[in-house]
Amino acid sequence: MSKYVLRVTALGYLAFLLLVPVGFVFYRAFGNGLDAAWDAVTTGRAIHALELTLLLTAIAVPANTIVGIILALMLVRTRFRGRGLLNAVVDLPLALSPVVVGLALYLLYGRGGWLGGLAGHGVHILFAVPGMLLATMFVSLPFVVREVVPVLREIGTEQEQAAETLGARPLQVFRRVTFPAIRWAVAYGVVLTTARCIGEFGAVSIVSGRIEGKTETLPIYVQSLYAFDFNTSGAYAASVVLALIAILTVVMLRIFQPKEEAL
Amino acid sequence: MRAIWIALLGVAVLAGSASGATKGGSIALVAYSTPKDAYGQIISAFQKTKAGNGTNFSQSYGASGDQARAVAAGQPADLVALSLAPDIDLLAKKGLVARNWAANAHKGIVSDSVVVFVVRDGNPKHIKGWGDLIKPGVQVITPNPFTSGGARWNVMAAYGAERKAGKTDKQAIAYLKTFFQHVPVQPDSARSALQIFAQGKGDVLLTYENEAIYAEKKGVHTQYTTPKNTLLIETPVALTKSGAGKPSAKAFYNYLWSASAQRAFAAQGYRPVVKSVAKNYHFFKPAGLFTISTTKLGLNGWTKVNTRFFHPTKGIVAKIEKSLGH
Amino acid sequence: MASGRAGGALARGIALGYLSIVVLLPLAALVWSSRSHGLGAFWDQATQPEALAALKLTLGLAAISALVNAVTGTAIAWVLVRDRFPGRGFVDAVIDLPFALPTIVAGLTLLALYGPGGPFHVDVAFTRIGVMLALLFVTLPFVVRAVQPVLLELDQEMEEAAASLGARPFAVFRRVVFPNLLPAILSGVALAFSRAIGEFGAVVLISGNLPFKTEVSSVYIFQQVESDNGAAAAAVSVLLLGISLAVLLGIGAFRRWRTRYDSA
Repeated sequence: MSKYVLRVTALGYLAFLLLVPVGFVFYRAFGNGLDAAWDAVTTGRAIHALELTLLLTAIAVPANTIVGIILALMLVRTRFRGRGLLNAVVDLPLALSPVVVGLALYLLYGRGGWLGGLAGHGVHILFAVPGMLLATMFVSLPFVVREVVPVLREIGTEQEQAAETLGARPLQVFRRVTFPAIRWAVAYGVVLTTARCIGEFGAVSIVSGRIEGKTETLPIYVQSLYAFDFNTSGAYAASVVLALIAILTVVMLRIFQPKEEAL
Repeated sequence: MRAIWIALLGVAVLAGSASGATKGGSIALVAYSTPKDAYGQIISAFQKTKAGNGTNFSQSYGASGDQARAVAAGQPADLVALSLAPDIDLLAKKGLVARNWAANAHKGIVSDSVVVFVVRDGNPKHIKGWGDLIKPGVQVITPNPFTSGGARWNVMAAYGAERKAGKTDKQAIAYLKTFFQHVPVQPDSARSALQIFAQGKGDVLLTYENEAIYAEKKGVHTQYTTPKNTLLIETPVALTKSGAGKPSAKAFYNYLWSASAQRAFAAQGYRPVVKSVAKNYHFFKPAGLFTISTTKLGLNGWTKVNTRFFHPTKGIVAKIEKSLGH
Repeated sequence: MASGRAGGALARGIALGYLSIVVLLPLAALVWSSRSHGLGAFWDQATQPEALAALKLTLGLAAISALVNAVTGTAIAWVLVRDRFPGRGFVDAVIDLPFALPTIVAGLTLLALYGPGGPFHVDVAFTRIGVMLALLFVTLPFVVRAVQPVLLELDQEMEEAAASLGARPFAVFRRVVFPNLLPAILSGVALAFSRAIGEFGAVVLISGNLPFKTEVSSVYIFQQVESDNGAAAAAVSVLLLGISLAVLLGIGAFRRWRTRYDSA
């Protein structure tokens, strides 16, 4: 009896908090019909926002993946002083509010900041794509590292050492031995990183200046439509695009889930 | 693998420099929070003219004070269309705008408006005049004067209206203090104040007449009333130094006072400043209309008023807010 | 992995260089800015009435939502691991939605549902309950995902033994299962708390950002940045960061103390 009560309560809580809101986005988006929703997401401004979001993701994800694998290898396979500190630094983006990340970039690259002089030489970081890219890279940095580290620990070094004694060079060892063992963890981390890049709002909002058609990502565009243009149905339509990407993300996470956790 | 990395870096650099570079036909407009629909129309019309053919625009809208600071901090701008002259003067002080930016036939003012009261449909609390704002239980929405230009127009309208009703300077300031006690929240811009009011917060919203008209267009369940004594809002536009070096930006600047641009403003609820256009529209004339330079009411122009009332630490409003715990 | 070889050193150099440019340099600028006017000014800015009120609200709501998550997260994990029902895989996948959905979309939909004009005729916009809802949404997965693997590994022999000795189900849970779950629950709670105090996108729409009422620290910081008050924003940010780290370290230490006799 109590089993059913628990089940109903837990599932009810989930439905109320997760499923109903997400379902509601779809409901409101298509409230005026499919055509109206399609129109809202195919304006020049909307398409630019989508393109910019994808561009930032397309650069940040490979960068954080490559660096993430290197950092994971450093943290697990090599002993050096400051290893604990490196671990903490890698985790920092998870503990920081996105607003604080945006502020830090604003202080560094804005007028009066240490690198504020760059703007005078034609290198625009703030109010332009490079600043948004830095913000996106910052907030999405930890995911690949955190997924790969436990797997590296678990698999141990015997196989790699065996390969080395057989004469393989380091890059070969990595390509033939290490990477195949961690590739599902990497894939899982890549999906998390991608989701984080696409969904980022606070940090990018601060450094971008939210210039229409130039420095608006899709999440910024959603907020602007709602809070500024009083275009609620447009905001929902754009949200549906993001929600669909989120659902795709969840499906991919399930596919790449580490086997022991799969139900 | 390394090649991909380098290629991606190259893309990033290109993307960055592309957004920072300014080509001949691209114009950056930075404006305060409300005139987006108006400028949208005007830009489209301008692009159909010979001078505007082939130009492309980037537009940014936000609270007037915040936008001025963003441009000062490096946000690219060829034209700044802000809510009040001091925000442009700030840029002139920093050398981003020519000191004589206001030296044209219309003193740099591109459109007018007046301060009005937006209330719920049916005006359930019967709010008509400035005295009604401080009745018990009335909640007033007005933006933050240190970020929003519209907020500063609102505050000076309140002060001026009290002076016009015969109060002394001291009494008018006392009114302001009571007034702020009725303000539960100060959104950052005029547009976000409308947003919050539309969502159900507050009994009356102080804003530009054109913003009240915008609300009605967007189907918000409100109506507006113009108090008898109210302030004439004059919103300026200026070319920045970078804009002054672009023929297309200068052409657009001049276009703003053309008949078709002024008509576009009027269609969105802004009062045209070009007399030949204005006479075709019948905007309500408040009996007690005054301006920021009506000296007999203690309004000595924005430069003096801005310092006296809105200095971040020594201004009258700053002191009032501090005493109210804000 | 060959350490000391040129290729490895180059890779490490690139990774550390990237980390420095992307993470360390901006944070250094932040810390520098917050102390550049002196400790007195820092404290002044951080203890402005509005900033303090936002901080109190932030910490309070985050703590409450972390505790709620401790209960609901454990219950959900329990149901997912121990119970069998159709659609279990779907529910398990859905838990990751808050990780995947942009926060601003979450905030928008919560506002639409539970704000003025929503279909349930309930209006918690501009209230602390509304902010709580947003925080509960974004922190949902943390405790669930922390507890699930532990529950999966748990040997049920002890529970069965206790039950056969006459203990009622809740007592079995309290005495046998819960102590084993506690470290994982604490981990999840720490992560949930940490996330909640920094949350911005989901909160900014539904809270209305009323100072002293529903304004949280992240929104306060945002507004200070928009007003070009870098110093005020930096001061509050550094304070928030310090609290977050202290909580993380504290809970980590508590965990290690509790599990000091456990084998790895």
